Amino acid sequence: MATTLPLSTRAFQPDRRVATAATGESVWVRWVLIGVAVVFLGLFIFLPLAIVFSQAFAKGISVYWASLRQPDALAAIRLTLLAAAIAVPLNLVFGVAAAWAIGKFEFVGKSLLITLIDLPFSVSPVVSGLIYVLLFGLQGVLGPWLARHDLQVIFAVPGIVLATIFVTFPFVARELIPLLQAQGQEEEEAALALGASGWQTFFRVSLPNIKWGLLYGVILCNARAMGEFGAVSVVSGHIRGRTNTMPLHVEILYNEYQFSAAFAVASLLALLALTTLFVKTIVEWRARRQLAESARWDGEEQPV
Amino acid sequence: MTFIFKKRSNLPGFGLALGYTVLYLSLIVLIPLAATFLKASSLSWDQFWHIASSPRAVASYRLTFGASLVGALINLVFGVLVAWVLVRYTFPGKRLFDSLVDLPFALPTAVAGIALTTIYAPNGWLGRPLAALGIKSAYSPLGVAIALTFIGLPFVVRSVQPVLEDMDKELEEAAASLGASRWQTFSRVVMPTILPAALAGFAMAFARAVGEYGSVVFISGNMPMKTEITPLLIITKLDQYDYAGATAIAVVMLVFSLILLLPINLLQKWSSSREEKIPALAAEEIQ
Repeated sequence: MATTLPLSTRAFQPDRRVATAATGESVWVRWVLIGVAVVFLGLFIFLPLAIVFSQAFAKGISVYWASLRQPDALAAIRLTLLAAAIAVPLNLVFGVAAAWAIGKFEFVGKSLLITLIDLPFSVSPVVSGLIYVLLFGLQGVLGPWLARHDLQVIFAVPGIVLATIFVTFPFVARELIPLLQAQGQEEEEAALALGASGWQTFFRVSLPNIKWGLLYGVILCNARAMGEFGAVSVVSGHIRGRTNTMPLHVEILYNEYQFSAAFAVASLLALLALTTLFVKTIVEWRARRQLAESARWDGEEQPV
Repeated sequence: MTFIFKKRSNLPGFGLALGYTVLYLSLIVLIPLAATFLKASSLSWDQFWHIASSPRAVASYRLTFGASLVGALINLVFGVLVAWVLVRYTFPGKRLFDSLVDLPFALPTAVAGIALTTIYAPNGWLGRPLAALGIKSAYSPLGVAIALTFIGLPFVVRSVQPVLEDMDKELEEAAASLGASRWQTFSRVVMPTILPAALAGFAMAFARAVGEYGSVVFISGNMPMKTEITPLLIITKLDQYDYAGATAIAVVMLVFSLILLLPINLLQKWSSSREEKIPALAAEEIQ
């Protein structure tokens, strides 16, 4: 199940022809449908974005900056960056390994493995947090052992990092598996036949071919890692300045009726989301151009 | 016949890559999930049933599943419409709209939650006019449905869009030349083609909505028996150190999401086999 933002398949295909008169709608129908779509997207997409930024700056730019420079806000930003800095590289290495095994080889149990990798997407974020509480919490399976050795996972930074890893687990793998699958094996086999080692083949042949998908998977994984709320909320314990991430800090400020400060921090997260969508658009555009170029090369090689 | 685990391949690194994948998957996902079921198995069946079927839990299921269904149905109708408009028509700002359809995937749920609450609160941009009409939006089941509509918005659009893009115009032209009206062509030719993708998107939006927490807790008002969703009930039980209660309800949710995986996978397979069949048929006709 894809709770991710898959790259549009259109980016990897040449353009199709546009509508012809026989199969088009009348101008009236067309504009009514466009109008309904625009109102729907306006209500559910543009309005929430507009309110985040208008509320963030409602009391002026100085209040905005002051709310971002509060010690608790800075601590939350630092913790969010730390959790993402650990979770994203780990899931990146996993994603590349999983995509290599699944995309380049045929083996028994492959579709079961893909389903298991997708599992974190179909688990409620709250349940994702809970499973770590049940494992590492005081009442949990490993809790007594951890307590004896004076290690704290739940209501501390390690729990937050673990929950973040869990909810962002499939992102990079999901983006890379179809790309490695689609590219086949010929180029790698040629490199190996010419004497390249396995790692050389991977870094010089396979990796350059999937770099845009990889970049996109990392950006997406990072956006979700920084924005996760439910799972982190269960394991964090909400200790101000110590175990609050940015989304949790937003919640605390909002519940204390500090709306401008809550929306100021929220605006940073909204900017992160907009940046992610921007990168997605760029990556799709690059992929389409690459495809158009390779199609042109193929065309020139063939005798007319 | 001997059992062959893996087909022969000239590429190296299979053992390392698969080994690491399985190890990491086990450590992060499988073992913690198994621990949850282990913990739940320490409850007797009667205890489990008592917690899972308590009136407060049942009220939360009814709200969670009901509002998720409403949200997914709204997304089914408007998702198909948005996908159609984005593929078939040109209008100013189309590319911007197209890029921003994915916003609900990218925007942290807590941000969506406080934004929607501020819009639909009794003094909000839309909450005030709705309140004047006597409709309570925030802090009511309607608010929950609004948040869950937001969270599921991209699924139907993104699953129908590629199918519409790949659909051959010839099919519609043939229908039109045989005398079908535009509506007949749409309902008898276009609809059957996009139906599997639309249903797959609907099921994914529903599954996502059932587990959603961050965007709902702010707008729902969180009154037990009235506007308390199931994920919040789990958190409430955890805050009261009722680990058995939280686990029992989490197991209900886990089992439900595992059951939902099956129809989603089947719908996705149906949809992709449909997509492959149509160009193949068209190619046959040309030859």
